[in-house]
Amino acid sequence: MLAPNTALSAKADKQAGAGAPVVEILSADKVFPDGTRALATIDLTVASNEFLTLIGPSGCGKSTLLKLIANLLEPTEGRILWWSGGFDKVGARGRSIAFVFQDPTLMPWARVEANVRLPLDLARMSAAQSRRRVADALSRVGLEGFARHYPRQLSGGMKMRVSIARSLVVEPNLLLMDEPFGALDEFTRNRLDADLVRLWWERKLTTVFVTHSIYEAVFLSTRVIIMGAQPGRICKVMAIDEPHPRDESFRNSPRFAEHCRALSALLTEVSVEQMRS
Amino acid sequence: MRPLAQSETFMTVAAPLTVGVLAVALWEIACRSFNVPIFLFPKPSDIAATLASDWPTLLAALGMTLRIALQAFFAAIVIGTLIAFLFVQSRAIEMSFFPYAVLLQVTPIVAIAPLIIILVKNTQVALTVCATVVALFPIISNTTLGLRSVDPGLVNLFRMSRAGRMQTLWRLRIPSALPYFFGGLRISSGLALIGAVVAEFVAGTGGRSAGLAYEILQSGFQLDIPRMFAALFLITLAGVGLFTIMVGLSKLALGAWHESEVGADA
Repeated sequence: MLAPNTALSAKADKQAGAGAPVVEILSADKVFPDGTRALATIDLTVASNEFLTLIGPSGCGKSTLLKLIANLLEPTEGRILWWSGGFDKVGARGRSIAFVFQDPTLMPWARVEANVRLPLDLARMSAAQSRRRVADALSRVGLEGFARHYPRQLSGGMKMRVSIARSLVVEPNLLLMDEPFGALDEFTRNRLDADLVRLWWERKLTTVFVTHSIYEAVFLSTRVIIMGAQPGRICKVMAIDEPHPRDESFRNSPRFAEHCRALSALLTEVSVEQMRS
Repeated sequence: MRPLAQSETFMTVAAPLTVGVLAVALWEIACRSFNVPIFLFPKPSDIAATLASDWPTLLAALGMTLRIALQAFFAAIVIGTLIAFLFVQSRAIEMSFFPYAVLLQVTPIVAIAPLIIILVKNTQVALTVCATVVALFPIISNTTLGLRSVDPGLVNLFRMSRAGRMQTLWRLRIPSALPYFFGGLRISSGLALIGAVVAEFVAGTGGRSAGLAYEILQSGFQLDIPRMFAALFLITLAGVGLFTIMVGLSKLALGAWHESEVGADA
């Protein structure tokens, strides 16, 4: 697929709705200054409204790929295109990417509301407008009553919810999540997964999600990218063609177990190939 | 209701107070029962009597010493913070100048005070400069450390939100540095007082601008040991006072969020 190079075609693409590319990775790779080849040449298109999950063993470059998409890292070769052109050409209006880190990364000195409002404050949004957005984002993650709390007064799961609320206030075109629930216990993680997939559905978000967990990948994704290591590369792609919104009944269904088994088999295949080479 | 002895606040005040009262009582009793001469080791009651009788002179001396200590403390805060901001601008600046900041720290003030007193004409200014030199280093090193100790995740978040240099400074670097800065203030406030007293000792200034150090020197010459103790007591009191104020300020600024200031029951 060709990259939309002009603003005009980009606009047309965006209006086309679901399936239009949001971000395109064109033959990009990443070699770190110390010579480590973190990513082999990668081609990948993230389509709008999809929930794309990157899964694979440690060191397969999942996080590096996510950081390339976020423009926190520059590719060594190749290009990464946003829907309206290269990163360098896009102004503040063109794209809004939200990134949810592995840790909640909250400012300990700021109350929950101030933490959530941060991206809007940095963009100098008017107080009235940002107040409405913060209240909306907090209610979406179920933290209406905690606006005046400090992060240290919250549990790990609640802190992660604040982090998600902060990513929602900017109404992002693309939501990037780097193992956001990896540090949480399984019950909290399941509940947050269910909330996340509902949010994604309601707000028509485009999400790229990194995880180690097969169950999480199957429960959340519309498409799963299985990555291999040394160097990091895309090995397999698997679609999870199940209706949305998904809830706990999907988690307990035979279909869910079937997808998990299939994904697990693909991951084993990848690691066996890796051992041989 | 919980028994008084189990209350946290009661214990933090009452326990050390009891120790203090017992120690003073023991001291008084020991001096009385062994008939220790007043010029060797005065009784607490002698010191209290001197404090009461020489109150005007001692208070003026305390005021003078405190003035120099506070001037030096504020100068150290302003200069130290500015230097710290300069240091975090670039590694090159820090690498080039930090060794000289260390030099400031390791050189004994008694050794350079005479030089400063010769170089600076106005004695008051000279004393303030001496005390500033002593108080400066903790502010520089702590504030520099604080400004550098920023959560890298938050740095990425600010970058992704296209935060400007000033926004990152005000909203991220300065708040992150505050706990370190206040740690520096606590150390520095005490050092400013020590610096002021040491500088007075070296300068030996008397007359109208005599500080507590001069009172101690004079009392030594005149073998007025209770007065010596009284002056010493006032210096200690001033130091404790300064420290308490710094602790209070730190609690005011960080109490709501920082681990060091949040009580166990919060």
